Amino acid sequence: MSTLVGTPPTASPVLSTAAPNPRPFRLVRHSLALAKRSLIKTWRTPEALIDVTLQPVLFLVIFVYIFGGAVAGSTHDYLQFLLPGILAQTIATGAIAIGVNLNTDIAKGIFDRFRSLPIPRSAPLVGAVLGDVVRYVIVTVSTLAIGYLMGFRIDTDPLRAIAGCVLAVLFALCLSWLPVYVSMKVRTPGAVQGLMFALIMPLSFASNVFVSADTLPGWMQAFVDVNPMTHLVAAVRGLFLGTPLDGHVWWTLAWCAGFVAVFMPLALRAYRKKI
Amino acid sequence: MSGGWRTLCDMTADLVIEAEGLVKHFGKTRALQGVDLAVPRGTVLGVLGPNGAGKTTAVRILSTLLTPDSGTARIGGFDVVRDAERVRQSIGLTGQYASVDEDLTGRQNLELFGTLLELGRAGARRRAAELLGWFDLTDAANRQAKTYSGGMRRRLDLAASLVGSPDVIFLDEPTTGLDPAKREDMWDVVRSLVTNGSTVLLTTQYLEEADALADAITVIDHGRVIAHDTPEGLKRVVGGQTLEVRPSDLADLPRIAAILSEVGSGGQADEIRKGVLAVPVTDDRALTASVARFAAAGIAVTELSLHLPSLDEVFFTLTGRTASEDDTTHRTEVAA
Ligand SMILES: Nc1ncnc2c1ncn2[C@@H]1O[C@H](COP(=O)(O)OP(=O)(O)O)[C@@H](O)[C@H]1O
Ligand SMILES: [Mg+2]
Repeated sequence: MSTLVGTPPTASPVLSTAAPNPRPFRLVRHSLALAKRSLIKTWRTPEALIDVTLQPVLFLVIFVYIFGGAVAGSTHDYLQFLLPGILAQTIATGAIAIGVNLNTDIAKGIFDRFRSLPIPRSAPLVGAVLGDVVRYVIVTVSTLAIGYLMGFRIDTDPLRAIAGCVLAVLFALCLSWLPVYVSMKVRTPGAVQGLMFALIMPLSFASNVFVSADTLPGWMQAFVDVNPMTHLVAAVRGLFLGTPLDGHVWWTLAWCAGFVAVFMPLALRAYRKKI
Repeated sequence: MSGGWRTLCDMTADLVIEAEGLVKHFGKTRALQGVDLAVPRGTVLGVLGPNGAGKTTAVRILSTLLTPDSGTARIGGFDVVRDAERVRQSIGLTGQYASVDEDLTGRQNLELFGTLLELGRAGARRRAAELLGWFDLTDAANRQAKTYSGGMRRRLDLAASLVGSPDVIFLDEPTTGLDPAKREDMWDVVRSLVTNGSTVLLTTQYLEEADALADAITVIDHGRVIAHDTPEGLKRVVGGQTLEVRPSDLADLPRIAAILSEVGSGGQADEIRKGVLAVPVTDDRALTASVARFAAAGIAVTELSLHLPSLDEVFFTLTGRTASEDDTTHRTEVAA
């Protein structure tokens, strides 16, 4: 074209016959480069964060001011009780977005290009999952900030408070392999959203998020006791408020490991098969 | 004619792209039904075919995105299924649909691919700047790709597939949807890639494009190769260019017919549509020659143009059916 100048910056005349360059940590480096891509996208489309920042506000305001008096006797006591639960619920629903985004993305040409590059096939998925960590941190910080404005206070120390936040972020990170897997199996982004809500809502209502677990009907107890959300909420409550931890941190970590061990291989396999 | 081309390939022997008997079915759709392709080093193969012929499927198999149901393909001697990783190191793919990230800027896109191709941070940055400059995208480098015009997107897309300096480049309908000026720009880009030693496989729906760029043309239809030849060979079979003239005054038709018969390649001038005369020509100079003759004779014309046969005409000559007619029969066949 008229604007092209000089020689094209292209091919070396010989086809590279060298063995694939086995530089170390390829998966890690490529995944991080692709995580940066997700970050830039999050940064460029802040409106995508509106639902995850609005949801905790709505839940906190509605439950604290409408049910607080009835459930806990005082709105402040209920806010203290509820905030860790809302944090867990928000961060778990926040993990749905990755499934919705991947389902939209994968149909576009960009994933074709990734697949035509000499990078590990799983790197685009791992990168997308890692890139979402920033979204979970934003969700955590904004939920805590709203709580503080409403009068929530940490009763323990900053170190344990941070540990609680890290645990919540880690939980979302590991849980997100489930929506990633679902997004490979389901046809439309709307279906990913619908299915994931249908999975996550029972988890957060049949748990200790809104009321103490022992007030729930007996037939539900068995489910509540194994529900990963119950363990996460109890662990965060313990770390924020000093209530007994009773091994909930370990149970949460076990669930995290379980999510990754089951859904990451399933998701990667489904991704390889999906053309 | 296919015999001649085979011999040519065997003689050169240095085939960078080779495919034999590629078959791919999607449910009941037989996208490829045994396709052979061969591209010697440093040449351009044009794969010509109508919508649905199987061009994209073939490109996706050659670029390791799809595995064939049967048949084999090698790029630079490496099997696209067994040595996919090696193949990916030497190819650049520009798909039919834009494959850059629209939320990223042009520069971020190119730097991302540079990082993924192990150029290192500084190397990726340098390569991105170089390609942005070369594709005249420097001014738009820091804008999100979704704000780019169609032509700019195509350029960015092509730039993205060149980040790793690939030896083999696949271009799937690189100019579909571009206006004629942008199309010629893209042709120049392809030509300079080849000058630099790359081997190119491009798909197109236009004989004109394949003729302008390719050293050899493979025509495919319904997943089968129906011809492969050099552009000259193919044009000999399907007929070369025609010169078309529409006079301002219909009364001039006989005089124009006489002039056309003289500047043409020997055939009679025909009235192909009402008020339009056409004559086969072999030499581009026929156009200027006829302009001079019309001017000398004081004849005014409203249209004067050179045409290669359309894809429909190519198919009619090669198969005795038009591409669209054939589509209908194919569909009923599949439905039955
Ligand atoms: N992923 C797919 N699933 C089902 N059918 C497909 C798929 N890809 C292509 N096809 C079908 O295969 C045939 C060839 O398609 P394609 O290779 O895209 O042709 P072209 O690129 O020449 O237009 C078409 O009938 C198309 O509908
Ligand atoms: Mg196509």
